[in-house]
Amino acid sequence: MEFLEQLINGLNLGSIYALIALGYTMVYGIAKMLNFAHGDIIMVGAYTLSVAVSTFNVNPGLSIIISMIVCAALGILTEKIAYKPLRKASPLTVLITAIGVSYFLESLALLIFGSKQRKVASVITMKPLSIGSFELTGESIVTLGVTIIIMVALTLFINKTKTGKAMLAVSEDKGAAQLMGVNVDFTISVTFAIGSALAAVAGTLFTSSYGFVGPYTGAMPGIKAFVAAVLGGIGSIPGAMLGGIILGIIESFSKAYISTQLADAIVFGVLIVVLLVRPTGLLGKKRMEKV
Amino acid sequence: MAMLEIKDLNVYYGMIHAIKGISFEVNEGEIIALIGANGAGKTTTLHTITGLIGAKSGSITFEGEDLLKTPPHRIVSMGMAHVPEGRRIFQELTVLENLKLGAYTRKDPKEVAETLETVYDRFPRLKERRSQIAGTLSGGEQQMLAMGRALMSHPKIILMDEPSMGLSPLYVNEIFDIIRSVNSSGTTILLVEQNAKKALAAANRAYVLETGKIVLSGDAKELMNDDSVKKAYLGE
Repeated sequence: MEFLEQLINGLNLGSIYALIALGYTMVYGIAKMLNFAHGDIIMVGAYTLSVAVSTFNVNPGLSIIISMIVCAALGILTEKIAYKPLRKASPLTVLITAIGVSYFLESLALLIFGSKQRKVASVITMKPLSIGSFELTGESIVTLGVTIIIMVALTLFINKTKTGKAMLAVSEDKGAAQLMGVNVDFTISVTFAIGSALAAVAGTLFTSSYGFVGPYTGAMPGIKAFVAAVLGGIGSIPGAMLGGIILGIIESFSKAYISTQLADAIVFGVLIVVLLVRPTGLLGKKRMEKV
Repeated sequence: MAMLEIKDLNVYYGMIHAIKGISFEVNEGEIIALIGANGAGKTTTLHTITGLIGAKSGSITFEGEDLLKTPPHRIVSMGMAHVPEGRRIFQELTVLENLKLGAYTRKDPKEVAETLETVYDRFPRLKERRSQIAGTLSGGEQQMLAMGRALMSHPKIILMDEPSMGLSPLYVNEIFDIIRSVNSSGTTILLVEQNAKKALAAANRAYVLETGKIVLSGDAKELMNDDSVKKAYLGE
């Protein structure tokens, strides 16, 4: 029974990692950059939610939507202000800028909300589900359900809509996509908006399970989700989903059966081993080069 | 008035003055060849026309519109398609997905379906392989896909960059046959080629580019008999 409980915990945590990892991997695929500020979008999402619900008494459902919109706008804005001018710069410059954006957002939160963690009431009001002696919390049910719905919707969006196809084209060859009439700037904005909105959802689910938000709330899940994206093969959408789930399960089992202190070390250890064996990640493709 | 008019165009790559004040024009219905050695600026010229790189000065006018002031993604819907050097098809997508991206800016699905049929008629191989991943096609098939993808936008003019590059002689002949037949069905063609012999044979007029300048121009058949062209580009 404990095994099953830990598996559910792992799936729960993994779903959150997967949602964040999707943002990392999509942005990497389209803009060819590692957006290390992505984790902090979760924090912004969680604060937005908390302020909307407890300060302005907005109902939880609407608050989540507000949080998604705020994060999507923030994602588009950071890209336009910080990353777009660097499109022709070296990857290292962009990486350092992204880390700068991350510190900026954390400091901004520190300035506005202080260093004390803010309590966030769970916006999930669903009752737990009991199956025999086994109890599934409302948070778990909602987290798993929402993640599945988002993954299906995102897959359909990318493979079935024109904008999705344009995203695939831009991720492979920006210049060629532009020659087809694809507006590359718009496509990059859409990608940042989707990635950041997913981070807002992840932030909601994360703080609903943990109950608090602070300026650095996004840092650790952000790094873990980055590991998940690399594990699954950065740039690959199914890879980010798989990587997130696997990482969540490993972390949960490590905490339960090996050691709580060692759990993070084990998670990063798995990444090292996978990259040694498969440098492109689990579902990452080696690009075919044809002259 | 010419369909496409390039005037005093100057293009820089960083510090390098790649295109040094060239002017030329393409009239409706023509096949124009731009020939020259590697690094003469042929590809740069095409890239500047479709906005993949910016110009320092000069003008590019297509049917009265200034292309240097047009956002690059709007150019295709004005009736200009570009088959880039190295084909640059979307390797990870299927043949059909590539073709559909060629019609990305077109709104009417019925018209797109009709164009798709005409592309399939022209390239039966693409129809056979429509669900295949494009990266697994042979070089010649990829070139056909790149041309088919350009035709999907129903262009008035196609810019073709080295369509014969890296292909077997059999495919080269086939590609040039297709260029002639696309032209005879009403599409103007601006052709950049290192295979000067084939290009001049297909073209009405030609311009010879040398280190960023046009050094010779005229009737393609006359240029074929020009001694300096013969010596430098035709290997005679």
